Amino acid sequence: MTKQLQIVWTLAWRNLWRNHRRTLIMIAAVSVGVWAMIFMTALMRGMVNDMIRSGVENLPGHVQVHHPGFRDDPSVNNLIPATDTELAARLADRGFRAWSTRINVPAVITSERESRGVTLYGVDPARDRDVTFVADSIAAGRYLESIDDDGLVLGRKLLENLDTDLGKRVVLMSQDPDNDIADRGFRIVGVFEAELDNVEETMIFGGKRTIQQMLRIGDRVTEVAVVGPDYRDVEPLRRELARILDDDVEVLPWTELNTYLGTMLRVMDGFVLVWTVVIFLALSFGLVNTLVMAVFERVREIGLMLALGMRPVSILAQVMLESLLLLAIGLAVGTSLAWATIVPLEAGIDISIVGEGLEMFGASSVLYPELLLADVLLADAVVLILGILASLSPAWRASRYRPVEAITKV
Amino acid sequence: MNITLRLAWRNLWRHSRRTWLTLGAMAFSNILLVFMISLQFGMYGMMIDNTLRVMTGHLQVQAEGYKDEHKMRQTVPDIAELAASLRRDLELERVAPRALAFALASSSDRTYGLQIAGVDPARESLVSSIPGLVRTGNYLAAGDAAEIVIGSVLARNLRVGTGDEVTLLGSGLDGSFAAAVVTVSGIFETGVVELDRGLAEVPLGFFQDVFFMEGAGHQVVIAARDLDEAALLTERTRELVADNPGLVVHDWDALQPGLRQAIKADMSSAFFMYGILVILVAFSVLNTQLMSVLERTREFGIVMALGISPGRLGRLVLLETALMGFMGFVGGAVLGALVTGWFAANGFSYPGMDELTANFNLPSRVYPPVAFLPTVIGPLVVYFFSMVSALYPALRLNWLQPVEAMRAA
Repeated sequence: MTKQLQIVWTLAWRNLWRNHRRTLIMIAAVSVGVWAMIFMTALMRGMVNDMIRSGVENLPGHVQVHHPGFRDDPSVNNLIPATDTELAARLADRGFRAWSTRINVPAVITSERESRGVTLYGVDPARDRDVTFVADSIAAGRYLESIDDDGLVLGRKLLENLDTDLGKRVVLMSQDPDNDIADRGFRIVGVFEAELDNVEETMIFGGKRTIQQMLRIGDRVTEVAVVGPDYRDVEPLRRELARILDDDVEVLPWTELNTYLGTMLRVMDGFVLVWTVVIFLALSFGLVNTLVMAVFERVREIGLMLALGMRPVSILAQVMLESLLLLAIGLAVGTSLAWATIVPLEAGIDISIVGEGLEMFGASSVLYPELLLADVLLADAVVLILGILASLSPAWRASRYRPVEAITKV
Repeated sequence: MNITLRLAWRNLWRHSRRTWLTLGAMAFSNILLVFMISLQFGMYGMMIDNTLRVMTGHLQVQAEGYKDEHKMRQTVPDIAELAASLRRDLELERVAPRALAFALASSSDRTYGLQIAGVDPARESLVSSIPGLVRTGNYLAAGDAAEIVIGSVLARNLRVGTGDEVTLLGSGLDGSFAAAVVTVSGIFETGVVELDRGLAEVPLGFFQDVFFMEGAGHQVVIAARDLDEAALLTERTRELVADNPGLVVHDWDALQPGLRQAIKADMSSAFFMYGILVILVAFSVLNTQLMSVLERTREFGIVMALGISPGRLGRLVLLETALMGFMGFVGGAVLGALVTGWFAANGFSYPGMDELTANFNLPSRVYPPVAFLPTVIGPLVVYFFSMVSALYPALRLNWLQPVEAMRAA
């Protein structure tokens, strides 16, 4: 048995290199195909990752907790029923990577010259710095220092639009639970920068207790944001939070808070599969063609081998092995080529020429391709499995020749 | 029929399976290319159209700097008169003035910040789709009544319906306190949450009174019939406002820079994919033609010994490829157009598409148009690269030595 396998192997290997030009062209085609499958997938993965990362940072958190009416009507009338102190007690020491209880209400900010509609966040800077990007993105001035901080941190773009500057005073207006105007003067103490202009224009941050006093809501908040270990798997975190908090709140993962991104992540896997299969189909015509030709020009020889007593199954194995060897070489070359081109690019590709367009997709202008082992395996598996299926027909035909007819064929 | 042509045709069908497989590769790629390119261009058109139709229009006249900074004091003076004169000079009805400000809107139990647009009630529907999207009540009546139309989410959040009163608070052009009480006349629903939540429209004259605008506004919006006309109108508008210092004309590209770049970003990734498909087909053709030349080495040796020039043989090989490529071209383009046509009638969609396309103002089901250019461009490129890849097998013949060739196995 081993002896026979060895013969089949030797024959297949030698046959492969009989017509080296054809084999090399086919290997080149398989390599380019496999490279494209993996390279393209890594780029797309990188882009989606980036969109999700910045999306999750801006939300922020992997899971958020609100009053059930808050998402439709984000106002101080839809506060989380439990007080902030109770929430903090329940969230503490649960092993969450980070969590923050915060206030998040629509407001109007007015400088000496301009007004803008914004979203006002009242945060505890000690907790919030692990949840959002803001603390690490201060471009001028300082971040908030405590929950009693009476300064305001806003985005660079908003600062420009308001025609004001660091250290100047602005007025914030919102409403309190009785629908009276709640307003207060603030000094701008910090300016942050964000990847997306929209974030710089609409988000402003103040100390939690200061904002609570301005809105006259006591020890209450509108939102809890929690970061878990992995954004890809948030269901355990959601269940844990639903368990430790009361029933009168809504606990939602980011995939539902930002359905665009959630869908993106799901559609991505489908896209990878479709792209891989399409490339393979384009390749398969050439592969089958090569095998058909390889068998065709050896009809007499195959007939002779059959006449000398080689079993049809060995002929089948021979052709299949020839095809497998070709695919394996192509896969090896294509995969290493993909690896060699992606790794140097992992530091980031600058694609700012289409930056504002990517912003519409929600991605930033530096692309970090991500090579996932699963995607490489998928590409390799698709090529191997479908390749074997495509080779079956020519191999089967070769093994079915009638020796006498085959030998006498011109 | 010319003898070379007849030879080429017969040579092609010597190995019919091989030719069919190569044709299959061409047709497969061509069908895919035709469909994808038609879908893409159809979507781009819709994306631009739908985005601009909401409010932006195809071009706007603004004060210098307003586009990026949106400052209240960057105004266009006497905006209604400017709009009227542009309407006259451009001989175009679709010209409307607008003024914009941020303000707080309060009902009896809620307060929200929002963007208020002062519009010409009679003209706004010519440049914006919002007047047509009023679901309850009516759009603003002509004149300068204290009326407001608001988005559906805002109406729900403010808990107001048509006929209810809303108080507006903001600051006027001179920085002074601006306030007014307005009656909700209608509620619109665009499906874009940001607009439905944060936009309201009031009559321009009323806006100018409340915010102390003294006849000024911020944008003169001009809508064209299509993008070609937009380019023309931009030129002419630039000439018309040239002698108004401080005024600039922005075309849709400048007003929505993300739009073209989103298209570019999408195109570059799509072209990468198309390029790979084309390369794979080219390899297929190269393989086939090289094989067909190599297996005819003896035959070529004999005819060359009989006095046929290598150049003529090379042309024969190229002609074979051209014939095959032509069949692939016609077959692919026709089948591709049929596939596209089927989707044009039934619509194209995939699970999750509604979520993704809503960001770009696209519907959840796309009907790709069948047009000439998107149908032939992909197959043409495939044809071209097939011919290029046949060059090597064809040129090789120049180095063929008749005597050695005849002895070849």
